[in-house]
Amino acid sequence: MLEQAEPTVQTPQAEPTSQTSAEELEPRIVALFCNWCTYMAADLAGTSRMKYAPNVRVVRVMCSGRIDPQFVMHAFARGADGVLIGGCHPGDCHYQEGNYEALRRFRLLRRVIEGLGIERERLRLEWISASEADRLRRVVDEMVTDLRALGPLRLSVPAEAFSGAEADSAAELPSPEIAGAASPGAASPGAASGEEASAEEVTVP
Amino acid sequence: MTQPEGKPKVAFYWCASCGGCEEAVIDLAEGILDVVGAVDIVMWPVAMDFKRKDIEAMPDGSILASFINGAIRTTEQEEMACLMRRKSKVVVAFGACSQLGGIPGLANLYSRDGIYRAAYLESPSTENPEGTLPRLRSRQNGHDLHLPGFYETVRSLDQVIDVDYAIPGCAPHPEVIQQAVATLLSGDLPPKGTVLAPDKALCEECPRRESKPLDLAITEFKRPHEVLIDEETCLLAQGLLCLGPATRAGCAAACVCGNMPCSGCSGPTSRVLDQGGKAMSGIASLIGSDDEEAIDRILDGIPDPVGTFYRYGLPASLLRRKTLS
Repeated sequence: MLEQAEPTVQTPQAEPTSQTSAEELEPRIVALFCNWCTYMAADLAGTSRMKYAPNVRVVRVMCSGRIDPQFVMHAFARGADGVLIGGCHPGDCHYQEGNYEALRRFRLLRRVIEGLGIERERLRLEWISASEADRLRRVVDEMVTDLRALGPLRLSVPAEAFSGAEADSAAELPSPEIAGAASPGAASPGAASGEEASAEEVTVP
Repeated sequence: MTQPEGKPKVAFYWCASCGGCEEAVIDLAEGILDVVGAVDIVMWPVAMDFKRKDIEAMPDGSILASFINGAIRTTEQEEMACLMRRKSKVVVAFGACSQLGGIPGLANLYSRDGIYRAAYLESPSTENPEGTLPRLRSRQNGHDLHLPGFYETVRSLDQVIDVDYAIPGCAPHPEVIQQAVATLLSGDLPPKGTVLAPDKALCEECPRRESKPLDLAITEFKRPHEVLIDEETCLLAQGLLCLGPATRAGCAAACVCGNMPCSGCSGPTSRVLDQGGKAMSGIASLIGSDDEEAIDRILDGIPDPVGTFYRYGLPASLLRRKTLS
């Protein structure tokens, strides 16, 4: 990403977005699994040689109650198409109440990420016990199907090289949909691109 | 204007903000005389008549410190921020808008087109039959007219230029400003990136701290206009959504002392990556139920979760804005 000096809009999920067909999309899922239940289930699925979608990157945490909403935001900001949180069933938490903490945070976090335009299917909380390898397999496969249907998560400010890319779009003011409403005396598109060049000169010292 | 030699030069500038930060400087009251006595102010649009060309004529790095408030929304603000950066040894992001994006940063919940439509075409008080919208360039009576470009996304100052320090708050508390100025003038500069305010949560200096129960379980969120708020008891214990646990101290708990919950303007402490995320984490764990439906019912008491947890920090957050469809 750094070889090119030319500022371009970098999409974090570069691999999946390069594929156009939804069928081909390989969504990236960050899975945050608790050490005592869901991670054990993933382990069991592995030792039982179960086959499931290879799209999850599993991060083991000691308890689902350890999962801070910041972890989820970070995963999305860094290119995850989905985040799967796995914990012990209610009443089964190794630390008594950690999974309830996860539940409360999840219910609030989902409202916030939906408010930020991220579809609710992209964040999932599942209770999967150490013996439920089959359930783990089903949940992962389901989530991959859901995410394929949704397509890649496209955050609107993906790039560090924001300034140059934005200067371009600022020069296109007003945008095509509302350009028709603009007054007849306004400048031509050619004049706008002239402005873009001068803005570039000043902003890049 | 001739200035005595040797006094350090200081500049103030104003980007996308309400002007409250300028007011906060005036709130130093007599204290401002000490500041004015110790420095030469070379730029201060709200109070003094200096122009952009005056700054451009100065050698690079000749200003000791520039205090820039406001978020970056337009190309003009970006140009000025870049100019001030070039001319200054130290740039301080002054106030929540500059540090985190602030209230203007909530515009990141909308697209530029949506904002234009609301502001220039659809609002009930707008009369614009020709549907005129701001353009970079237009001709009027034979004159070439220019307007700054309006970016799709609001940015905090450090997303545009290199920023050395931040003074938090909406607006910064006079004591925080005074301390920060004293620190900068002392010459003993803290590490770059330091937020010039105490690095602890507001709860730690809250006068109601003693009344916060050890085991808090909120079963209903109440909004300030819905209840008679007790003036002594911890606001969270009264079911009011106070962001004190996840907000930096330094404001002397001004809102809480005014019987209003903290809304998070001083931003996070240095140990937090995403202010809203951390606040959500803390507040959600206070919910007094294990049942999904009951939790949802309690959460319905927060009608605008994004605006509540990211009121001042959306542009500086991990996700920075709402996605554009």
